[in-house]
Amino acid sequence: MSTYTTEEPTVEVAAAVDAPSVERLSSLDTLESEAIHIIREVVAEFEKPALLFSGGKDSVVMLHLATKAFWPGKVPFPVLHVDTGHNFPEVIDFRDRTVERLGLKLVVGSVQEFIDRGELAERADGTRNPLQTVPLLDAIQRNKFDAVFGGGRRDEDKARAKERILSLRDEFGQWDPRNQRPELWNLYNGRHTVGQHVRAFPISNWTELDIWRYIERENIELPGLYYAHEREVFARDGMWRAVGEVSQPLPHEDVITKLVRYRTVGDMSCTGAVESDARTVADVVVEVAASTLTERGATRADDRISEAAMEDRKKDGYF
Amino acid sequence: MSTDTLAAGLETALPTTLFRFATAGSVDDGKSTLVGRLLHDSKAILADTLDAVARTSADRGFGGEKGGIDLALLTDGLRAEREQGITIDVAYRYFATDRRSFILADCPGHVQYTKNTVTGASTADAVVVLIDARKGVLEQTRRHLSVLQLLRVAHVIVAVNKIDLVDFSEQVFRDIEADVQKVARELGLGSDGVADLLVVPVSALDGDNVVDRSERTPWYTGPALLEVLETLPAADELEAELESFRFPVQLVIRPQGALAPDAVAAGLDVEAYRDYRAYAGQITEGSVKVGDEVSVISPGHEPRITTVIGIDFAGQSLQEAAAPQSVAVRLADEIDIARGDTIAAAGTVRESSADLYASLAWLSPKPLREGQKVLVKHGTRTVQALVRNVTGKLDLATFGVEPTSTLELNDIGHAQLRLAAALPLENYLHHRRTGAFLVIDPIDGNTLAAGLVKDHPGDHEDERYVI
Repeated sequence: MSTYTTEEPTVEVAAAVDAPSVERLSSLDTLESEAIHIIREVVAEFEKPALLFSGGKDSVVMLHLATKAFWPGKVPFPVLHVDTGHNFPEVIDFRDRTVERLGLKLVVGSVQEFIDRGELAERADGTRNPLQTVPLLDAIQRNKFDAVFGGGRRDEDKARAKERILSLRDEFGQWDPRNQRPELWNLYNGRHTVGQHVRAFPISNWTELDIWRYIERENIELPGLYYAHEREVFARDGMWRAVGEVSQPLPHEDVITKLVRYRTVGDMSCTGAVESDARTVADVVVEVAASTLTERGATRADDRISEAAMEDRKKDGYF
Repeated sequence: MSTDTLAAGLETALPTTLFRFATAGSVDDGKSTLVGRLLHDSKAILADTLDAVARTSADRGFGGEKGGIDLALLTDGLRAEREQGITIDVAYRYFATDRRSFILADCPGHVQYTKNTVTGASTADAVVVLIDARKGVLEQTRRHLSVLQLLRVAHVIVAVNKIDLVDFSEQVFRDIEADVQKVARELGLGSDGVADLLVVPVSALDGDNVVDRSERTPWYTGPALLEVLETLPAADELEAELESFRFPVQLVIRPQGALAPDAVAAGLDVEAYRDYRAYAGQITEGSVKVGDEVSVISPGHEPRITTVIGIDFAGQSLQEAAAPQSVAVRLADEIDIARGDTIAAAGTVRESSADLYASLAWLSPKPLREGQKVLVKHGTRTVQALVRNVTGKLDLATFGVEPTSTLELNDIGHAQLRLAAALPLENYLHHRRTGAFLVIDPIDGNTLAAGLVKDHPGDHEDERYVI
């Protein structure tokens, strides 16, 4: 039996080594570089990728990274929006302007159409976020997308904390946490068989604060409701809910006008606003850094349904 | 903390740098508590999460009369894991201090520790290995250190935990420290110029030497764990300083008139960019300047020498770029370059080879067989490969090598592969990116192994590789 060591020098217990002279990239530069590398890998290795784009801040950052990855060329894939039918009108407007500005193709999967055809049933609580899975998988199959970029981040939820950057999904779009491929170095394995597809999460390693610092640094435009504005709201489940067509107050819920902003932008029927006077991106960076609540805990009714709400939805093929 | 002081802090502290580290150890070593302590004391845990943990701690009667919160619950995993009472795999967690943003790969101990440690360590700048002060160096510690030595993790930190349970005894700590050094010496860890090793006494439960230095260990004069993590150079920093510029080409950016409308609207000169052609990728090590001579390495070609005439990044022209930046490089000569080719500092890459001598960490339940056909993904190129022979399996506890003709899940061994195309293989010892590869199952596409290029084939005269 041989050993695989050759030397026997004395080991010195090293003190912390001095930093080398080369100027270090900032954490945002490093995260940006990693994300661009992943986006380029997916475009190079897949036949037909698409990017999930809702007009929410994470998907806006994803699209911004894609424009940087392929400059001066166009973003070489379409964007896909799963429309719950309960979107904030200003977000839909923002989506359409962005698609126009970048010359992209927009594919829309509509929850409403599925409900109208009787292929999906409205939930008792009126929340449509969990209903997005079926139109999403339908759009993926009909368009033969083999890779779908998402803006999911591992700091959002403990199910996301364990998901790979390239996450293999079977023909039912299911995520199997027990059977994930190990992800080593910066070598991403995107191999898949017919019927399977891959969800790619290039900003997995970003936190909510990273996203906001990046939006500030890159001067990225967002839908206005991310910033403080006056809005008619009523209190429900410890959140401020906007008065709108699909979210009407019950008789005992008083409507008041408040200065609020949204930390996440999803379905109007389950996304809550937070009281805030952060009118600019710089204000928001400070507010997020000082926040004592997680982004989803503060604003998403759908993630409060159960402790494993996200885990269950992901297994069923959710984003 | 008020919003005002926080804002002031943000202004002075930016920009922070990124540091990736992994933790290795078993549940019994108090790893979850240590991770929870780091997250808690660096204030990465927000009130709603903490409330939930406090409620569960109380429900389970944690801390008895004294109460308190069970920090291990902060890293509680998926329902699928709770149901089975196991931790499935690596979880990534995030926290930041004024100086650094941290990405923590929390690697479970008992089940499939090799697979998880290899995965976590492959991207880590540092790995924290936990030892229970009451138990000292165990076989599992030897295994962990062995894997870290193989993976060339730049900084290994051994946290001797539960130091409170041995009455903060200096003697206990010094004995364990000596044992760790002995193991390290056997492995060559910390003495080969690649890695350094640090041993820190901590109590994850009480917080001694985790974030702040403890008064209860006056005999320990070194830094607290978090101080160490804040000051060690990241692997990127070390890799950027290397002289061997390496740039695997991901794709060619050649818009041919399909220019980005937003760039055109912002005043991009459409005529000037009509014939734009650049090679996109991420610098894996070293740096490059405009005017540098580079070699283009492609299969079936002699290395071709040309000059860098531009480094572009999203509309910016850079004079210089370094690892790990993602950029697009323009070259002086019209050379046929495609994905999978490598651009490197001229004259620094050895001859490409189709013979691959490697260490393999086997990560699949399907065992490796001699004669098996696999795919090898190296940099941005994937080629077919034949496993010619398996030449040995490491005994991670004794550091010996046993003869074998197969590798099974969680084994680490040596093998010789024949590649369908010659690749610019480099020794993993000195090139953590270009010396690494994946072994992929051509049938279902799953990742079978993490591969480390051992030596350049030119160094071996024998047909059969001698370890």
